[in-house]
Amino acid sequence: MKGWLDSPASETQITQAQRLWLYILSGLIMVFLVAPTLIVVPMSFSESQYLEFPPREWSTRWYEHYFGSPEWMAATGTSFKVAILTMLVATPIGVMAAYGLHVSKFAFARLIFVILLTPMMVPLILIAIGAFYVYVKLQILYTLASLVLAHTILALPLVVIVTGAALKSYDMNQERAARSLGASRWVAFLTVTLPQIRFAVITSALLSFLTSFDEVVVALFISGGDNATLTRNMFNALRDQIDPTIASISTLMIIVTSLLMVAAQLFGKSRG
Amino acid sequence: MSTGTTATSGPIGAAALGDNNAEGLKADARRERLRLAGLCSPAAILVLVLLVIPVGWLFYVSFIGADGQFSLENYERMIERKSYARIFQTTFEVSLLTTALCILIGYPLAYFMSQLPSRIANLCLITVLLPFWTSLLVRTYAWLVLLQKRGLVNTWAMDLGLWDEPIKIVHNMTGTLIDMVHIMLPFLILPVYGSMKAIDKDYLKAAANLGAGPTRAFWTVFFPLSAPGLFAGSLIVFVLCLGFFVTPAVLGGGKVIMVSMKIASNIELFVNWGAASALGVVLLLMTVAILWIAARFVRLDQLAGQGH
Repeated sequence: MKGWLDSPASETQITQAQRLWLYILSGLIMVFLVAPTLIVVPMSFSESQYLEFPPREWSTRWYEHYFGSPEWMAATGTSFKVAILTMLVATPIGVMAAYGLHVSKFAFARLIFVILLTPMMVPLILIAIGAFYVYVKLQILYTLASLVLAHTILALPLVVIVTGAALKSYDMNQERAARSLGASRWVAFLTVTLPQIRFAVITSALLSFLTSFDEVVVALFISGGDNATLTRNMFNALRDQIDPTIASISTLMIIVTSLLMVAAQLFGKSRG
Repeated sequence: MSTGTTATSGPIGAAALGDNNAEGLKADARRERLRLAGLCSPAAILVLVLLVIPVGWLFYVSFIGADGQFSLENYERMIERKSYARIFQTTFEVSLLTTALCILIGYPLAYFMSQLPSRIANLCLITVLLPFWTSLLVRTYAWLVLLQKRGLVNTWAMDLGLWDEPIKIVHNMTGTLIDMVHIMLPFLILPVYGSMKAIDKDYLKAAANLGAGPTRAFWTVFFPLSAPGLFAGSLIVFVLCLGFFVTPAVLGGGKVIMVSMKIASNIELFVNWGAASALGVVLLLMTVAILWIAARFVRLDQLAGQGH
């Protein structure tokens, strides 16, 4: 231990002992980053209304309340439906756009790229009230399809960026070779290019799902009635009082997110 | 890679033409290019219809007065009314404080990770990415529970004797800031860590070799080299804070009113599109101006995956 403390820690010959404060501080910051989310998990099994930690008495009553409530179940159903549909719409049109931008250097490519990234830059509240206005005019507010379309534009920048990056590191000569051997562009894309960028496409799909599933602000304005999302109902419940049911929902959401991210990591890994 | 266009007149185009007609080939290439551009159209049209046109319409509405004529009254109100000035002041205050705290907390952690062997650094990186991907609402709820009167923070602090009775750390500025720093930290840490990893360690060896102590080597060599990442990360954090809605609405307890919340209440409660759109235009212009500055230092598409 003594030897380690006196050993140099970096190129500048600073010793590990002189660096100790940095190690302690960094440890605390990492706890700050991770702990709040993780602590919700045991708390959700608390018997008490006040969500003690550690719980004095364990129970699953908040889960029972959640699964027994028709409203929460309906909202959960909506959220999953919207997220899956968003994934199914955003991924193909996003991949198409990324491919189109990549292979054809037409004059307006740069402009279209910027347009496709705007949903990432414009403050969410403006997207929310803009979509709200359009949907009221078209009288399609509170429908499932209109919510899916709004979430699709939020997911598009991620799909275009992730797939675009994969296309950049892909050797287009392979597709050219396939076409010079007689394959049409479409067949060449499906059989040669797509299999090689599939991990990026799968990652894009998972990110699209998550974007929609976690989205709050836009859903607050344009989801409602029978098609209120889980996040919308959670937000409204949070404004009123601290409902312990939310702890159980949060735990389930953490599990869904973690599973998706692990899946994305696994797919990403198998690329190398 | 960019030679894609030269290959657009593939074997099919040539075969269809039969003879070697340069004009025909050119027209064929043009058609092919258009078809490929067409691939972008579903995505682009969707963004245009649902975002670009409505935002353009908000611009227009912001210049229409209550009587339906062109007027600047929506902007004048913003300048004249004290309540609006206070909202902008709060928005800037919250954004600046969050950014400053993120720098103070995030820079040391990024530095720590950049010094580790990459396998351990990747493990530490998970602690940054885990909150990054967790739902914002879940994290806001977690802080609400932790910081409430009978929450964990108050209980533990009193057990440790830090303070005697429960203090109010939520439904005010403090709670809002804690959650916002927690949410924004990854946006600062990731670009800073990226720029630190790119620093050639030989520069530091050279500095040590030439007689600089560790402190001096850090401030004169390492810090300036990491500055672009720090600057870009800070701007991104600041800009995202400007548009925050959920956190101040839930944890602010009505005391922290930011621009986004005012826009929402103008629509929801007062159905005042003029006032809401003028606020929106100002918010958008600030955002675009800052992003434009940031874009000169980093590529914005590399900061993908935000979820504010």
